[in-house]
Amino acid sequence: MDAMNTKRQEDAVNKMVQNEIKMSGKDVCVSYGEKQALFDVNLDIPAKQVTALIGPSGCGKSTFLRCLNRMNDTIDICKVSGDIRLDDQDIYDHDIDVVELRARVGMVFQKPNPFPKSIFENVGYGPKIHGLVRSKSDLEEVVVKSLQRAGLFEEIKDRLHEPGTGLSGGQQQRLCIARAIAVSPEVILMDEPCSALDPIATAKVEELIDELRENYTIVIVTHSMQQAARVSQQTAMFHLGKLVEVDETDTIFTNPSNQKTQDYITGRYG
Amino acid sequence: MVVMILGILLGVAIIAFLIGRARALTVAGEQISSLHSRPSYHGGYLAIFSTVPAFILSLLWAAFSKRFIESSVLGNFSNQLSSFDVLQVQTFLRDVRTLAANQANDASQVILSTQGEVRELAQEAAGLYASQLSSANNLLSVLVVFLVLAGFVFGYRRIKVEKRNRHFVEKFITLILVACSAVAILTTIGIVFSLIFESIRFFQKVPFFDFLFGYHWSPQSAFESAGGTSLADDNSRIFGAIPLFVGTFLITFIAISIAAPLGLMSAIYMSDYASLNFRSIAKPVMEILAGIPTVVYGFFAALTVAPAIRGWGEAIGLSVSSESALAAGVVMGIMIIPFVMSLSDDVINSVPQTLRDGSYAMGATKSETIRRVVLPAALPGIVSALLLAVSRAVGETMIVVMAAGLAANLTINPLEAVTTVTVQIVTLLVGDQEFDSAKTLAAFALGLVLFVITLCLNVFALRVVQKYKEQYD
Ligand SMILES: Nc1ncnc2c1ncn2[C@@H]1O[C@H](COP(=O)(O)OP(=O)(O)O)[C@@H](O)[C@H]1O
Ligand SMILES: [Mg+2]
Repeated sequence: MDAMNTKRQEDAVNKMVQNEIKMSGKDVCVSYGEKQALFDVNLDIPAKQVTALIGPSGCGKSTFLRCLNRMNDTIDICKVSGDIRLDDQDIYDHDIDVVELRARVGMVFQKPNPFPKSIFENVGYGPKIHGLVRSKSDLEEVVVKSLQRAGLFEEIKDRLHEPGTGLSGGQQQRLCIARAIAVSPEVILMDEPCSALDPIATAKVEELIDELRENYTIVIVTHSMQQAARVSQQTAMFHLGKLVEVDETDTIFTNPSNQKTQDYITGRYG
Repeated sequence: MVVMILGILLGVAIIAFLIGRARALTVAGEQISSLHSRPSYHGGYLAIFSTVPAFILSLLWAAFSKRFIESSVLGNFSNQLSSFDVLQVQTFLRDVRTLAANQANDASQVILSTQGEVRELAQEAAGLYASQLSSANNLLSVLVVFLVLAGFVFGYRRIKVEKRNRHFVEKFITLILVACSAVAILTTIGIVFSLIFESIRFFQKVPFFDFLFGYHWSPQSAFESAGGTSLADDNSRIFGAIPLFVGTFLITFIAISIAAPLGLMSAIYMSDYASLNFRSIAKPVMEILAGIPTVVYGFFAALTVAPAIRGWGEAIGLSVSSESALAAGVVMGIMIIPFVMSLSDDVINSVPQTLRDGSYAMGATKSETIRRVVLPAALPGIVSALLLAVSRAVGETMIVVMAAGLAANLTINPLEAVTTVTVQIVTLLVGDQEFDSAKTLAAFALGLVLFVITLCLNVFALRVVQKYKEQYD
């Protein structure tokens, strides 16, 4: 990057300093067996904002996202190096408990994956395993509140004890979001949460993301430029395992400094 | 003869197929795409018309021609045979057939069951029989050749560009598939009906409720009075099936209580904990274990486990018989562990990874994920795996014969000798038996009850599975 670009990035960073940094990655490298998927990624994630990760398929967006709650631990061949911090605490440190980490950093997947249980049990799952609730009425309160926050409660309040798998795709995805927020996480990671949904369901989820920003830090992977532009405040562009550019969303979409970013957002490839 | 014709027809079918395909290509000329059906459909069409009518004729011939010829021969000799009873006629016919088949040899060398005058009569009849048989075969050959040629010409002339021969061939294939499944289904129905009819004959000798709810089983003491009718009083006291069913369920229960937890746990370990390397070795090994013949497990039960159990039992002051339900049940349980494991492993593996990911992402540990997400999702499959295991245990015979004995004790004490339904069916049918004694027929009745019980079990299992599916899909 040339001097001017560096300068501009510094400006951007300065602007964000007003916001505290919730999570940060320094020199993050990830490899699956022999194959390296991420190269020295440095990315700060500001609190109570939406950060969008964009880039062509296979460039490592999901890989980076899964580093943030150590979901990569479940893949045997995956090796992560570098320094990833949550509230200035190294999450790959020995005395970090992944169970607790994942309670603080929740995740929503590309394909809605409600458990084969009732809607109520789906949302109550997290609070129960983390022992967050004492009594049945506590649990009920948490479940209802989470469903309300996910904007789903009004639609399904008579069907709480029907299977979650019986909902429509969009409802299922909002159920998954409700499930994630039921354990009061600080960060929510979303990996292409709308790619399996129709436009109306997508609009609802986007609206929801915008509301959630008030209380949660959100990192979202998306393939849709419009979606990144609509919901995010910061955008990071990945290409071939490298972080190409990161800036305020407005800047990225109106005046990107990197040619690759420009090509990608104008739809020339990817 | 018929076998030879079938072989030839197969060759004809292949040739007709090739000719039909070539003809379709010729008819189409330059524009192959103008054909409504692909050339191979025309080939199939020609092959069907050339061979199927001749094939059906040969089958009918094979089924009916012999009987027809025999009755015509007997008709010719009806005067001489008028004094014979049915059995004698049968013997006579058998001789005629033997003689006819040995025409080339010297007739006096052929060993027959009849002698003297009858023998000469048989020789005469055999001559007639052989000549009728050969003319029948000639007629068949002529008819087959005619049908093949006629079918071929008929089909050949119908290979045209616009002909929709594909539909015909597809329908024919459907017909064949339907016929095959009909054979499978009809065989099953036939078996069930024969079970039912033989059982009805049994229940004419022994009252149904005495059989089903009787406490005493000792068919060896069945007594047939001179006329072949049994003494109903005695029979209703010795054909009580309860001890057998109690024995069967006792052993099955022991086997399942061993196989279900062990099999399920190892399936969980295999699918979610074991490394890929371990899994790739251990799974085939377990599947080999599932292939060990049960008689081998039987030795193991009779020679190792039963004495060991007896030794332990005596050490703590229990009286254990040398053949015990416990020994048979334990070994049977060990036998079906690989079976349960392999099936449940497949089921657990088919629970989508996304569900596990969803649970891990909520901060659940591995065991929480398995207990609360994976197992509930896999439950219908696991239930059906266990029920298959139950059916195997109920049907298992060899281990029980060797380890649990033959004594029909009515007990639920696993340390005593018991016997099972399948074992008793075997003992009822081995050795010389009259086919319509109460003792033999009892085997059918036992089989029928066993069949009904497993049927109910399966229907029940299907219900359970379906209910879960409705709830969770
Ligand atoms: N479980 C895995 N095992 C091996 N390679 C993987 C795995 N997951 C991702 N990869 C590889 O890592 C690279 C980045 O993948 P990913 O992060 O899924 O890309 P994106 O989400 O941007 O489409 C790809 O080349 C992919 O093939
Ligand atoms: Mg991805």
